Amino acid sequence: MDTLLQDYLPILVFLGLAIGLGLVLILAAAVVAVRNPDPEKVSAYECGFNAFDDARMKFDVRFYLVSILFIIFDLEVAFLFPWAVVFGDMSMAAFWSMMVFLAILTIGFAYEWKKGALEWE
Amino acid sequence: MSAADITFYCFAVVVVTAGLFVVVSRNPVHSVLWLILAFFTSAGMFVLLGAEFVAMLLVIVYVGAVAVLFLFVVMMLDVDFAELKAEMAQYVPVASVIGLVLLMQLGMVFGTWTFADDAMAMRGAVAPPPGEVHNTAALGLLVYDKYFPLFQIAGLILLVAMVGAIVLTLRHRTDIKRQDILAQIYRDPAKAMELKDVKPGQGL
Repeated sequence: MDTLLQDYLPILVFLGLAIGLGLVLILAAAVVAVRNPDPEKVSAYECGFNAFDDARMKFDVRFYLVSILFIIFDLEVAFLFPWAVVFGDMSMAAFWSMMVFLAILTIGFAYEWKKGALEWE
Repeated sequence: MSAADITFYCFAVVVVTAGLFVVVSRNPVHSVLWLILAFFTSAGMFVLLGAEFVAMLLVIVYVGAVAVLFLFVVMMLDVDFAELKAEMAQYVPVASVIGLVLLMQLGMVFGTWTFADDAMAMRGAVAPPPGEVHNTAALGLLVYDKYFPLFQIAGLILLVAMVGAIVLTLRHRTDIKRQDILAQIYRDPAKAMELKDVKPGQGL
């Protein structure tokens, strides 16, 4: 257990350095930098004309479809990892259960391909 | 207090603070960003518990995919947040009642929580002892044959999610030209071009 945590110690050190460096840079910008804003300087600038309307607008729902399809195959890969780790000493049942799992998701993949969900019109 | 304990308390403080800011921040996009911080920190806490695989899963699946999904949802909603804030006041009584009930349930759970005597033994009988097997391998030895039906049901749920997302969101437009890859592949150069002998002074 302790050896496992020791393996992760470099990541913790890295995390601490990253947070520390980020704080130092932000504080340095707040303390050292010269600031004298005026209304023209801080207003939004769009190639010479004033902003037309709000930058936040509705997204196309197809972005959502792409990301939900991504999540599903992401999970499939997540299930593959432990399977691959124990590949050497697993039972036949375990091997074939993963094959069935992959087959089910391949049916879904064929369906989405056939439907044209992967195409961006 | 060991270094692991100090790290745990740092992570715990960060995860609770991030969770609080998910709820109170005014901009929903900021809420999602705080949620990502909470996911990362919980991944750190899973590493402290020794559950490396779950920690990496949290980073890959939740930070990589679920957070993106939340961002899309937030950006697709396009609700007027000023209007929502104004209507918020009328839901305060209901919300506080629900909050109170949840709080009481949590209190009751903490008050009466007891372990069955053989709970640890039952759990130990299923999983290999933690010292001997790496925890990703332990998971791999269990999930695929001992919990075969649950694993297959997980696959079916993913299939349903995929089909459902496609059925609900896919609108096929017919008024546009699409690329037909097969037609391009089967295109014959010999038939693609036609030579015509045009006499001088005459058109086609």
